[in-house]
Amino acid sequence: MRFALTAEQRSFAEALDGLLGAAEVPAATRAWGAGDTAPGLRLWEQLAELGVPALVVPEALGGIGGTPLDVVVAFEALGRHGVPGPWVESVALAPSLLAGTEHEGVLADLAEGAARVTVAAPPQTPYALDVAAATHTYLLDADGLAAATSTRKLTSVDPSRHLHSVQAEGTAVAVDSTAVARGLDLAALACAASLVGAGERMLRESVAYVAQRRQFGRAIGEYQAVKHALADVRVALDFARPLVHGAAHELEADSEVAARDVSAAKVAATDAAHLASRTALQVHGAIGYTLEHDLSIFILRARALAGAWGTTSQHRARVLHHLTATR
Amino acid sequence: MSLGFTEAEEAFRAEARAWLAENSPGRLPSMDTEEGARAHRDWEKALAGGRWSVVAWPEQYGGRDASLVEWVIFEEEYYLSGSPTRITQNGISLLAPIIFGHGTPEQQERYLPAMVDGTEVWAQAWSEPEAGSDLAGIRSRAERDDERGGWVLNGQKTWSSRAPFADRGFGLFRSDPAAERHRGLTYFLFPLDAEGITVRPIAQLDGDAGFAEIFFDDVFVPDADVLGGVGDGWRVAMSTAGNERGLSLRAPGRFLAAADRLLDLWHERGEESPQLRDDVVDAWIGARAYQLYTWGTVDRLQGGGDMGADGSVNKLFWSQLDVDLHETALDLLGPEQELRGEGAVSNGAWVDDYLFSLAGPIYAGTNEIQRNIVAERILGLPRGDNRRSGA
Repeated sequence: MRFALTAEQRSFAEALDGLLGAAEVPAATRAWGAGDTAPGLRLWEQLAELGVPALVVPEALGGIGGTPLDVVVAFEALGRHGVPGPWVESVALAPSLLAGTEHEGVLADLAEGAARVTVAAPPQTPYALDVAAATHTYLLDADGLAAATSTRKLTSVDPSRHLHSVQAEGTAVAVDSTAVARGLDLAALACAASLVGAGERMLRESVAYVAQRRQFGRAIGEYQAVKHALADVRVALDFARPLVHGAAHELEADSEVAARDVSAAKVAATDAAHLASRTALQVHGAIGYTLEHDLSIFILRARALAGAWGTTSQHRARVLHHLTATR
Repeated sequence: MSLGFTEAEEAFRAEARAWLAENSPGRLPSMDTEEGARAHRDWEKALAGGRWSVVAWPEQYGGRDASLVEWVIFEEEYYLSGSPTRITQNGISLLAPIIFGHGTPEQQERYLPAMVDGTEVWAQAWSEPEAGSDLAGIRSRAERDDERGGWVLNGQKTWSSRAPFADRGFGLFRSDPAAERHRGLTYFLFPLDAEGITVRPIAQLDGDAGFAEIFFDDVFVPDADVLGGVGDGWRVAMSTAGNERGLSLRAPGRFLAAADRLLDLWHERGEESPQLRDDVVDAWIGARAYQLYTWGTVDRLQGGGDMGADGSVNKLFWSQLDVDLHETALDLLGPEQELRGEGAVSNGAWVDDYLFSLAGPIYAGTNEIQRNIVAERILGLPRGDNRRSGA
């Protein structure tokens, strides 16, 4: 039994943190929200050099052929830094959907960092993210997978997420249902990992803030009420992460409990990130309620991701379904 | 579960499962009653006979030299089989690690085998009326008696779990009143029927005498029953506090088994309330999270890491999970939720376990103390000067 990251995965995480920590991601995220995708696309290229888009593209198609745990490692880092763009769609979902179809050729470009894929998959994920920044937009529905175009722009609670209603343009091609299920599970898992990352970032910002912010003559971090609130966030994140990693192991093993555990991970990660954001907002006070503070990026991202790739209530229902199916 | 267990680990699981299926008595009467304590001792004897009492201990002391992974596997199987909470827990989980680490060969020989089969049940005697989670405030005294070669104990302990039906106790006494609060404490072992000891049972919230006050009136303890060095009791005791909050008392198997029973209850009741349905799912998710967290801890410990302050994170999680899970079960029972004993669903097991869960956030260091530990030692928040040392 081994339940830890490999040395390679740990150094991958460090490399991602090193790159993103030095890259002024908040500025890129704000620019992305304002419609200037240039800094965000530069980030995309840099992350492609580290192999992020290629992670689960099969080696035969120019990718790395990595594991769900590699994806989890990458998305926790993307979430921790608030990186904008259709990353879940491109990295976690597209390889499963496109492999074996006439769109398979896109994957080589994707792995290189030259293509960016976005997908709407109603009813769970009805809108496509960042169509303007994507090179390929798809609609996945009961008819199969089809190239699609935007019919309408919508506004997300997270300014850096540009959502679109889409309609099919070309003819839909059939996609293997197992591949679809696996792709959607990996997308939900990547989303969960992002939420853990965002939660970790909000906790880190809060800890730094309460240590220096003084009220009534002392750092507010000396007050037990503040300490206890942040300790509870630590606990929530510490127990969400093993669910995310465990689900990655089960997906890798193609285990029959994988779907159940992906859903459990999404629920726990959403709840933990939510607690982190409410607590961060509370300890930051009014400054945390401003868009100018970087905390806003993570608070709003966490809220948006709570509804992406399955809501907590959909995922709870799926957990229950799996648990009771055999009773 | 398919997290890559080895064939040997799976075989160990199968062997434990088969033995428990054959031998487990199921639920026993409360161990905090005379009849229950007897039944629990019999069960401990049976466990020891099958060499399942202390699987992680050396074979010399009745164990199987099992790895940490195997120990957690055993605990999972133990609780899934519906077997009772262990009456030997204080001894095996709290005292034995100290005897292994700090005891003399004579103490190891004298005390370990007797606790393995329930022949000697141990009561822990940490708390005092004026020192709850604050162990450094201990006032009970130990005075040197050179003539007899030992120490004379005076004072009072309270909230002593298992004391009403236990044989022996262990706890800290102030052996050097001039030393600083943390220093000058010595760890003693003593028989509960020694001359000068009075045990006064205290009825708990659940009605059973799960704990007691212990009064010491010139109780003589020979040097042979000092555990670790004189004046070194604080350090010796702290070396296992992490165990108590961490792995030893609340193995994940217990919560998985309870979540499993909760799902059965939900299924039987056909409860349609979305809130209750979500609470049931969250209880299971919590138990699964705890199981996976534990595998992570086990992996780290086997790799040479230590538990450190993570035991506090652990305790905060399981104690809250335990209460939430049982509150959900009671909600599912509707108006029957207040019933105990005969005529109640499962003879009132859900209420009994609920009342037991309510102690979780209080004992082994209150959750307020645990949150301070997490905030200060893990998050690195400032200690502040409004408190003395605490924890």
